[in-house]
Amino acid sequence: MKYVLMYTSRPDLDEAVPAERQAEVYQQIFGWFEKYGATFVDSGAELQGAHTATTVKAPADGGGPVVVDGPFTEAKEMIGGFSIVDVPDLDAALAMAREWPALVFPGVAVEIRPIVDHGEM
Amino acid sequence: MSHSRDDADALLADTVRREASSVVAFLYRLTGDFDVAEEAVQEALVSALHSWRRDGLPDVPGAWLTTAAKHRAVDLLRRRARQRRLEGGLDGPLDSALDGPLDGPSWSDGLPGPADADDRVPLLFGCCHPALAVEARLALTLRAVVGLTTARIAAAFLVPEPTVAQRIVRAKRKIGSAGIPLAIPGPEELPARLDDVLTVVCLAYTAAFLDPSAAGQGGLAADAVWLAELVCATLPGEPEAWGLLGLLTLQQARARARFDADGSLVLLPDQDRSRWDHRAIASAERYLERAAVWRRPGRFQLHAAIAACHASAPTWAETDWLQILTLYDVLVRYDGSPVIRLNRAVALAEYAGPERALHEVDALAHRLSGYHLLHATRAELLRRLGRTDEATAADREALRLATEPVDRDILSARLAAAQERSAADA
Repeated sequence: MKYVLMYTSRPDLDEAVPAERQAEVYQQIFGWFEKYGATFVDSGAELQGAHTATTVKAPADGGGPVVVDGPFTEAKEMIGGFSIVDVPDLDAALAMAREWPALVFPGVAVEIRPIVDHGEM
Repeated sequence: MSHSRDDADALLADTVRREASSVVAFLYRLTGDFDVAEEAVQEALVSALHSWRRDGLPDVPGAWLTTAAKHRAVDLLRRRARQRRLEGGLDGPLDSALDGPLDGPSWSDGLPGPADADDRVPLLFGCCHPALAVEARLALTLRAVVGLTTARIAAAFLVPEPTVAQRIVRAKRKIGSAGIPLAIPGPEELPARLDDVLTVVCLAYTAAFLDPSAAGQGGLAADAVWLAELVCATLPGEPEAWGLLGLLTLQQARARARFDADGSLVLLPDQDRSRWDHRAIASAERYLERAAVWRRPGRFQLHAAIAACHASAPTWAETDWLQILTLYDVLVRYDGSPVIRLNRAVALAEYAGPERALHEVDALAHRLSGYHLLHATRAELLRRLGRTDEATAADREALRLATEPVDRDILSARLAAAQERSAADA
């Protein structure tokens, strides 16, 4: 089954992590991607910070779509990147996600979502 | 020969307990669709009851059920495939399943029979997966593994039936769409996942525990014991599974003494211990000896060991309180919840007196202020210390918070007795 892994964190908490510790975990993240290399359908992307986000929203009352500064949600958690994996089942995806190196930091989470299967083309 | 309604109902209940989950697991393997498998079995159960009441009992009820469920599954798959074609959807794996052995003449006799006992435990692990909400795990387990109807599950947990139905539908949908495997996890995940399974079984038992009508050998309590037996039979090397089976067997052994003739709850100190099932207690002790072989204690084994201390004591007063306190001290390392500490305080009162116990209970008050048993325990300790006014106030608070009728009855009786005493003193 194919899943999207969404790597999220709390930017306000990330700031408190010393730079050298961050670099250390970044190295581990490279190792993690190498370890699970075979499962990636698409290694996805690491996203620029939420302060760079621009959102197009449906209008509240009539009119056209509205462009606003900032991410789509007011939540403290931000999606920092994503990948697409193809693994046998949810347990396999969970086993990978549990080893996501950034989980040593408070506020970090990995959301796992199955991808809608539109059938074999 | 005609059979009574009760015969058919009793046999169905028994067959459901033994066979239904095997048939679900079997149909799931065959169709790859949990929803279809589960729905087919439910429909087959309804038609079984109808037909057995009318025509009498079949020779091999399990085989009857399997055949009926298979036919339902084929119907369901056909219906869905037709629906999909009508919706203009793609002919997917469902159609190839239909064109394959499902629809062929070999369908009813060329395929293997229901899954063996081992297949029910993988199903149980799927139903208790941490990716499902706890209430959903409980409802789905009772529906798919035990074979209870939605109405019965709703009644057991005092939840509206549509709520339970929705929980089950959502959970089934998530099992399919999120790819939750119906499998026993590998050794790395097993301890945590087994704990999830045992917790669900324990919650099922607890729901039956306070219901006087469930105190007998039938009902949800027996279903929960059966689930624990199933886990032990499939994973005999897991001490916590034996611990839970021991714990539930000990609770069951005391079930008859837990309610008096009027259906009122009788607390442990006041129970007629001659009414305990001493053969069941002996079985439970064997399970716990088995668990102890691995020297891997856990919360279920410790709870069971505490229950075993009570079970082997000739009276409340002659209970080995030091042993129980020691076990609680180990248990809080596995489960530091304030409720465990409250139970420890009850044992402490017997060992070291009410004053020290009250001190402990007061220290928990801020965390358990909404829990009726905190106030009921305080009341009991205050009464022993001769602080009757405070005891009455605490009992009143307990009554205000208690929701279970059996709890409310006991508290009301206590308050009435206290009023009588104070009237007599005046």
